[in-house]
Amino acid sequence: MVYILPIILFLVGLFGVLVKRNLIKIIISVSIMDYALFLLLAMIGYRSEAMPPIEVKGIEYVKFVDPLPQALVLTAIVIGLATTALLVGIAIRIYQKYGTFDIEKIRKLKG
Amino acid sequence: MILGAILAIWLPNLMAAIISMGIVGYSLALSFMFLGAPDLAIVQIIVETMSLIILIAAIIKTTEKDTPDEKKLSRAVLYIGSTAFFVVFLLMSIKVFYQLPPFGNPALRMASDYIASGFEKTGAPNLVAAVILNLRGYDTLGEVTVLFAAVVGLVVVLRKTGRKR
Repeated sequence: MVYILPIILFLVGLFGVLVKRNLIKIIISVSIMDYALFLLLAMIGYRSEAMPPIEVKGIEYVKFVDPLPQALVLTAIVIGLATTALLVGIAIRIYQKYGTFDIEKIRKLKG
Repeated sequence: MILGAILAIWLPNLMAAIISMGIVGYSLALSFMFLGAPDLAIVQIIVETMSLIILIAAIIKTTEKDTPDEKKLSRAVLYIGSTAFFVVFLLMSIKVFYQLPPFGNPALRMASDYIASGFEKTGAPNLVAAVILNLRGYDTLGEVTVLFAAVVGLVVVLRKTGRKR
């Protein structure tokens, strides 16, 4: 039942996305949800008493950690960075136009 | 880690919130080390540093203050409703976790093949790099496409000269 930890982390991020009104806080919450998913995937690939999947000359290992989730998480981390950068860019643009990060005020100001 | 996340959501100063998000990210790198994934830890440290730099640059350019939470009935309904939703979500996910393989003993379907013959097939000493760049190269192609699209979108959003109206 170690899997409960990333789920709690995910829920904290989801709470931030649903409840907070500041755009930067929402971006931070999205990143936290990202991290929770990475942690869950890395936990699924973990084998107890296994080595990282790196071959060292002269030493024979039998058990390796599952390399497939690690590769996918590696991809996802980089994409998460790109997503964060894009969101921050849009938020900066919105701030330049409206002068606020408050999503409710942004909704009221049309045009 | 969860404490850092709660702090990041709750703190009223945006700079402090971003630093708390840094706590979450770096402790995620630490837990990757414990989970036997040193590549992930390295990449996570680099990516976390870069995203903190991006966020702090955005904060310096704009404002540091969080928007205050006004006391209204709709906000209270929102808080209570989301909490109830989270409780339901947690109970559901506990049911789902009984379907997953137990912690520390994953089901190796594709990966057993990779572990058995990956070193000979690719000649790479690091199996994660072998999976990314060689055995699953098309995944990486898609990733680079997404990255390119995000960078192009960022450039388009943040350009100085817009269309004249």
